[in-house]
Amino acid sequence: MKNKYSLFSLVKNAFSYHENWGKAWKDPEPKKEYDAIIIGGGGHGLATAYYLAKKHDMKNIAVVEKGWIGGGNTGRNTTIIRSNYLWDASAGLYDHALKIWEGLSQELNYNVMFSQRGVMNLAHNLQDVRDLKRRTHANRLNGIDAVYLNTDQVKKFCPIINTSSNIRYPVLGGTLQRRAGTARHDAVAWGYARGADEMGVDIIQNCEVKGIKRDGDSVEGIETTKGFIKTKKIGVVAAGHSSVIANMAGLKLPLESKPLQALVSEPVKPIIDTVVMSNAVHAYVSQSDKGELVIGAGTDDYVSYSQKGSHDIVEGTLNAILELYPIFSRMRMLRQWGGIVDICPDASPIISKTSIKGLYFNCGWGTGGFKATPGSGDLFAHTIANDEPHKLNAAFNLNRFVSGDLVDEHGAAAVAH
Amino acid sequence: MFLINCPYCGEREQSEFKAGGEAHIIRPKQPTELSDDQWAEYLFMRKNIKGIQFERWVHTHGCRKWFNVVRDTSNDIIKAVYKMGEKPPIK
Repeated sequence: MKNKYSLFSLVKNAFSYHENWGKAWKDPEPKKEYDAIIIGGGGHGLATAYYLAKKHDMKNIAVVEKGWIGGGNTGRNTTIIRSNYLWDASAGLYDHALKIWEGLSQELNYNVMFSQRGVMNLAHNLQDVRDLKRRTHANRLNGIDAVYLNTDQVKKFCPIINTSSNIRYPVLGGTLQRRAGTARHDAVAWGYARGADEMGVDIIQNCEVKGIKRDGDSVEGIETTKGFIKTKKIGVVAAGHSSVIANMAGLKLPLESKPLQALVSEPVKPIIDTVVMSNAVHAYVSQSDKGELVIGAGTDDYVSYSQKGSHDIVEGTLNAILELYPIFSRMRMLRQWGGIVDICPDASPIISKTSIKGLYFNCGWGTGGFKATPGSGDLFAHTIANDEPHKLNAAFNLNRFVSGDLVDEHGAAAVAH
Repeated sequence: MFLINCPYCGEREQSEFKAGGEAHIIRPKQPTELSDDQWAEYLFMRKNIKGIQFERWVHTHGCRKWFNVVRDTSNDIIKAVYKMGEKPPIK
């Protein structure tokens, strides 16, 4: 590696006041032709390029990004990582990702600040209790660590939660996945970009895709703001804009794009050392390494690409946060934003070939794609390189909406991902 | 967050309404004769347009009536509102 990051390089660069660090990735102009092009320079897209180069020996590839890398949903999510999904297909997919997360900083030689601080999911009614117990058992059968906690154990694990029985939706219990946690979202994009660039991948920013050129049933290339680029394989990882890209190729997807909001508070000293999610009242919270509370709200129910959500969604989430954590009642929120998420009818992603030869889609991650970033990239790279899905993403094909073989995580997993 | 001009009640906050998704998807007349592909198209496939979209809304916390809205999904500006069964006032 040209620029290996280590204690030695840190000390060495300190002598030149950190002004001579090499660029982590180049800023090339597009070539005329690539063996594969990835549309979308977020975490998933960059990971896809990285694994295409690393595991499938494809070096002549490009990632094209409309804005700057990691500037979309990669930079807008609440960075929660977990794999405690109910259905076998989901458990396989998300735990594959979690296992890669566990060694990712070492592999990339880039600190993604992966922190296995645990994720706790709370139950607020009898049905929650039953569902979460069922999910705990299903997780264990799939080799995923999960424990069910009663109210006292919840209180012990996270003492600031209000477990009084006098609140509107009292805490009746919860599940805990200790291997789950958070990571630094920007670092994930930057680490994969640096790794992919090192292996010869062209990362082309400020390059918007305007059209997909087809020759009958196969793809010929893409029209962009930087001109036409020829290729036989296109992997689309465009999150909220997947339907827009699909439309360019004459495809329709089972997606609806909706605003999902999040907010962060002013930074405070460490107060919550885990991630707590509560689906019934839709509140989830963790604390960043800078000390900000990171709070995830819900989606609006209408299609929108405006990156603005409704005020009542934020209000609902903060109502729940205040009841569960009275200690936060005087915290001030610093920033609030919306990202556009592409939601599938079954709340599971699509990592799939399409009816057009050479066109692949990785989309539909909805409200919970960040946690899957490494696994998604790995499996999508496999699908593109071999023109066949890996066994772990076979169930997440586009055809499931025709066959009816859905991976229905809507009610089964946490609504908030 | 925006205002919606309910054709029955007048202008109200969007939070009083619930979105019903893409409008003018016609329920199949002969459901038993549909192929799996046609079912998938009817049930799941959506235009999900960035730009002018025709959609259904219901005034949940008001008159509870359904109606249609033409909205630019890129900036949430509503172009027109029209009643169920009426032709869209713009193309």
